[in-house]
Amino acid sequence: MTELTTPFRQRAAAALDDAFLRQALTIATTKFIDLRREAFDEFPEGEALRDRARAIKEATLQRLDHYLGQLIDNIERRGGHVHYADTAADARRIILDIARRTGARLAVKSKSMATEEIELNEALLEAGVTPVETDLGEYIIQLAHEKPSHIIAPAIHKTKGQVAELFAKELKREVAADPEELTRIARVELRDKFLAADLGITGANFAVADTGTVVLVTNEGNGRMVTSLPRVHVAVMGVEKVIPSMSDLVVFLAILAKSATGQKLSSYTTLVQGPRRAGELEGAEEFHLVLLDNGRVKQIGGTLREALACLRCGACLNVCPVYRQIGGHAYGYTYPGPIGILLTAMLHGGEAVTDLAHASSLCGACLDACPVRIDIPRMLIELRNENVEHEVAPRGERLVFRLFARLLTRPRLFRLAASLGRLAQRPFTRGGAIRGLPGLFGEWTRTRDLPPVARQTFTERWASLEREA
Amino acid sequence: MVTCLGDLFYPEVGVRIVRLLRRLGVTVDFPAGQTCCGLPLFNSGYHAEAAEVARRTLPLFRDSQHVVVPSGSCAWMVKHEYPGLMKDSPLRAEAERLASRTYELSQFLVSVLGKTRFSSAVAGRVTYHDSCHLRRGLGESESPRTLLRNLQGAEFVELPASDECCGFGGSFAVRLPEVSSSIVDRKLANVEAAGAACLVACDAGCLMQMGGRLRRRNSPIRAMHLAEVLEADVG
Repeated sequence: MTELTTPFRQRAAAALDDAFLRQALTIATTKFIDLRREAFDEFPEGEALRDRARAIKEATLQRLDHYLGQLIDNIERRGGHVHYADTAADARRIILDIARRTGARLAVKSKSMATEEIELNEALLEAGVTPVETDLGEYIIQLAHEKPSHIIAPAIHKTKGQVAELFAKELKREVAADPEELTRIARVELRDKFLAADLGITGANFAVADTGTVVLVTNEGNGRMVTSLPRVHVAVMGVEKVIPSMSDLVVFLAILAKSATGQKLSSYTTLVQGPRRAGELEGAEEFHLVLLDNGRVKQIGGTLREALACLRCGACLNVCPVYRQIGGHAYGYTYPGPIGILLTAMLHGGEAVTDLAHASSLCGACLDACPVRIDIPRMLIELRNENVEHEVAPRGERLVFRLFARLLTRPRLFRLAASLGRLAQRPFTRGGAIRGLPGLFGEWTRTRDLPPVARQTFTERWASLEREA
Repeated sequence: MVTCLGDLFYPEVGVRIVRLLRRLGVTVDFPAGQTCCGLPLFNSGYHAEAAEVARRTLPLFRDSQHVVVPSGSCAWMVKHEYPGLMKDSPLRAEAERLASRTYELSQFLVSVLGKTRFSSAVAGRVTYHDSCHLRRGLGESESPRTLLRNLQGAEFVELPASDECCGFGGSFAVRLPEVSSSIVDRKLANVEAAGAACLVACDAGCLMQMGGRLRRRNSPIRAMHLAEVLEADVG
């Protein structure tokens, strides 16, 4: 490849060469797209609820301090503990302290992108605590020593055949590539872990401020085991996930599962209100909520504000033409896909997405699919703009675009460039098409023919065309 | 407004539009000094430069009653982004005035002229690709379909997943050519599945992408601009 190659482009090209990956992605994303469409087609009030959900998010962000304060008070009133983590490192330290103090050796986890974001599993292992992922997809990628490649379907990049191979290797016996059988195996393996674990770690889809309730939306029941069987439950949640009241929760629940998997509701909606109280039959003895900032709060007044409304449903990934081709790992960060680019910029700064901000054709399918109508294309353009203005965009690119801008503001120069192009293209033109060009234009002709500059441009034909009238 | 791609690569499209509109009784003018709407600059984040292009382009159309654009994305740029780019400029009102008078070709034919029935310049099965900026940006998916459904002498078929991107995306197509062409391959597989001989779109960018890929694959399917299939008004 040429000097125009970037690390992201190389990862993307490698993903395109992976036939298994592309097969898995096509099947899964197409299914998600169809299910989501059907779910909303039979739910006419969905459109208005999407607007309502967005309005709730906006109003909550306006008074985030107030709602977080209310949430903290209500959880503490019920005997729970709330911790505020400014950074990923703070969050890890807080959780490791809890593990150490409670003497935890084994932690069961339900699916959580926030814990992926803070790279908790690595930290737990280092501290001598074994984390076990109990969501089937997460369990699969933990066995494979990989990272999630989708926000809600972490093992979306694997075919059932690959999963069977993985299980066979782990169990040292033959395993059929049958999803039901694979699930049964995981269930048996995990049952003992649930019973033996000292610590249950979850994320949170929402936290309701006026009741102090942490809400988990899951499908496998594992979330409920994680929150009820171990002695200590730690939930990790981005600060932006607080919502004011239970009536707001109803609005979000009505659109979240439909956007994510096309279900009316997920199989389990788990509400946790602090630790187990006297007379209650289940629940952890100790409950902790870790509120994670990690770059979020400063975006309340920033370019990426809208991204704070994200529900992590993954709908924008499924419809994204780029994600559907390359999958999540090629993006290179915790959060893949269109929203992932914005979240990566939020967590790691705009410089981190110099390439990624361009990993979108700006087709707008993400905006259409987003349950809270986050204008992702608009923010990608904003990020590109910031990278130009802060001179983070590559110098060569800036030179080319500024030269181009000069042509566009000087019509005579533009005409001259067209004429020069007409001369320069001669040796490359055959049968009315250009099949190969050097340099930047070669990136086009690598896979597509290019039409040559016309013998007479429209501008040049106008004089005679005008006389026709 | 002919647009940069229309001017340099597809002048025949412009010529056909001028002749078509004249036959429909429209007086067509082509203000001199046009280059490009500035969308490539805007989308890549060069907003100051795009604003400069807008500032130059706006006065050219001061006297035009309607502005017809043969590309959904360029129409979107003018209608959607010019007012924002001019928000701190004395040209803001002018930008808003231009935005309200600008139409993509199919919109102009159907909504302004009320013309929906044309004979076809091509025979056989035609299908339609929804350009992202036209469909999602301008919310226009019906006008082109109305024209194609009524086409006399050709058969219109819906394209499966017609609203999925063709992978052009401006500079995206050269920044990530491998991804861009796998996206267009998915699109073209759908065109083949629809059994169409002719793939119609209302955007020069999409046509360059889909047409260029079809040609590279030596496909018999032709990518054509809407103006190339509309022959004559038949009431």
